[in-house]
Amino acid sequence: MINRFRQQQNFVSWLPFATLLQKEVRRFLRVSFQTLLTPIVTASLYLFVFGATLGQRISVMDDFSYAQFVVPGLVLMGVINNSFANTSSSLFISRYLGNIVDLLVTPLTPPQFILAYTLAAMLRGLLVGTVVLIISCFFADLPFVYPWAAAAMAALASFLFAQFGIIAAIYATNFDGLSMYNNFLILPLIYLGGVFYPVSILPPFWARLSHFNPMLYLIDGFRHAILGVGDLSLSTAFLVSGLMAAALFGWAAALLGSGYKLRL
Amino acid sequence: MMSSMTPALEINHLHKSFSGTKAVDDLSLSIEPGEIFGLLGPNGAGKSTTINMISGVARIDSGTVRIFGHDAERDYRLTRRLVGVMHQELVTDHFFTIDRALKIHAGYYGVRGDNAWRELLIERLGLGPHLHKSMMKLSGGLKRRFMVAKALIHKPQLLILDEPTAGVDVELRRALWEFVREMNQAGTTVLLTTHYLEEAEQMCNRIAIMSAGKLVALERTADLLARIEGRSMLLHLDSPLDQVPAALEALNGQLEDNGQKLRISLTGEVVMAEVLQLLVKLNLPIRDLELPRPGLEEVFLNLTGLQLTNRKGSPS
Repeated sequence: MINRFRQQQNFVSWLPFATLLQKEVRRFLRVSFQTLLTPIVTASLYLFVFGATLGQRISVMDDFSYAQFVVPGLVLMGVINNSFANTSSSLFISRYLGNIVDLLVTPLTPPQFILAYTLAAMLRGLLVGTVVLIISCFFADLPFVYPWAAAAMAALASFLFAQFGIIAAIYATNFDGLSMYNNFLILPLIYLGGVFYPVSILPPFWARLSHFNPMLYLIDGFRHAILGVGDLSLSTAFLVSGLMAAALFGWAAALLGSGYKLRL
Repeated sequence: MMSSMTPALEINHLHKSFSGTKAVDDLSLSIEPGEIFGLLGPNGAGKSTTINMISGVARIDSGTVRIFGHDAERDYRLTRRLVGVMHQELVTDHFFTIDRALKIHAGYYGVRGDNAWRELLIERLGLGPHLHKSMMKLSGGLKRRFMVAKALIHKPQLLILDEPTAGVDVELRRALWEFVREMNQAGTTVLLTTHYLEEAEQMCNRIAIMSAGKLVALERTADLLARIEGRSMLLHLDSPLDQVPAALEALNGQLEDNGQKLRISLTGEVVMAEVLQLLVKLNLPIRDLELPRPGLEEVFLNLTGLQLTNRKGSPS
């Protein structure tokens, strides 16, 4: 016993980060029915309703069917919802159950902490998005005009909402409060942000108001990259989305760095 | 040479308040390497807050915490590897089994995991049969044992145990203390809090007592026990007395339990043989005789009570 204890172990500086990332990925894989399968089924139902049935009778864009129009929005919706859900639920449950102390007493740095939570959330969000995109091929023929831009926009959206999930988990005081962020902020902004219609078909006042909706830049940018056309230019979509992501990252990093509501 | 002089833990003028209420008020103490050090005090004395500041769970308002000479705030990446902490609350991650959780905890501390050490901990703490059970299915005692393993998985040099035996049955309590002693012999410095004062008496080289966030005593356990002046003799009587016999008033005789017991003070120059002769002469209906050993409890009550009196402004 004593001899074994005295054999010191070498410290591997990146291991705390890699362990937290691995733990976060294992966490959502352990409940994959809830974290992966459910959102994929939900998105597939949307695809069926808007792609194979109702979509046949709707036309919102010249040169593209409604299915082609709606698929990028639905894919990004899956990415956004699941990236947000991963960080927000994991961090909030840790706070709620008190096992966050297991992380607070370790040599993990705030950047390692935020990066591990973010990457796991991005993996879940992008995994759901990819599967929905593959399923959508049965409903719509997508041209993928700027594939790298589409991948970058999906990654940016998942990064951005992973940060927002961290922020929501820190500010929320109970599960009700946490669900408010999703039900009363993210969901309305997504629905009004051009998933189901191009904002250009709205009356001028509402179209201008829509430009204050941050979702518009992500959804329209992603759709533009896939279809080759959009209400906004790709550069505008990337610039605004990038600034939002940087601002939310700064906010989340400041909260985690200070230990606000995490450390006593 | 310097390292042997460096305290395992050095706390200087530590302060912490919650919403204006002082939880820890100007606490300073030092623990030598290899010690088993007890931190005692009533509920709300500031023990857990102190431990939380040492381990990084709570932010420090002012003052310093140094662990083996390293600042716990500035050099936290190093100091947190030197410390293993077992918190008072039963906290586990419900998503994982004991086996997985121990591997995860080793990783958090940046060590790949000494398998032989992990297996040794599992065996010594009797976790083997439960290794692949979900945390949710573990009993309170098993969770407590897992938390000990978790605190030790990275081989810390300073082990902090916050009420490790709260709600634990006698057998497990004895096994835990035996294990802690063994870890101490292996070179681990131990800081513990406990409500079981007799445990602190048996385990600790030195004891600090906190009350209302302040340190009210810090001495070797033997010195602290020696603070109790004098002893008493407790006589169990067959038939109750109405009043203390006049001959025993000089010995501060006091009746207890409706006259069923008579306590005599043995302070000062009292000669035991004379007391016994006096008792024989009085022909009291003595059924039994007890010489209670003054314990830490008396010291504890005395000191924390004294502190409360001081806070009310009485001279001391």
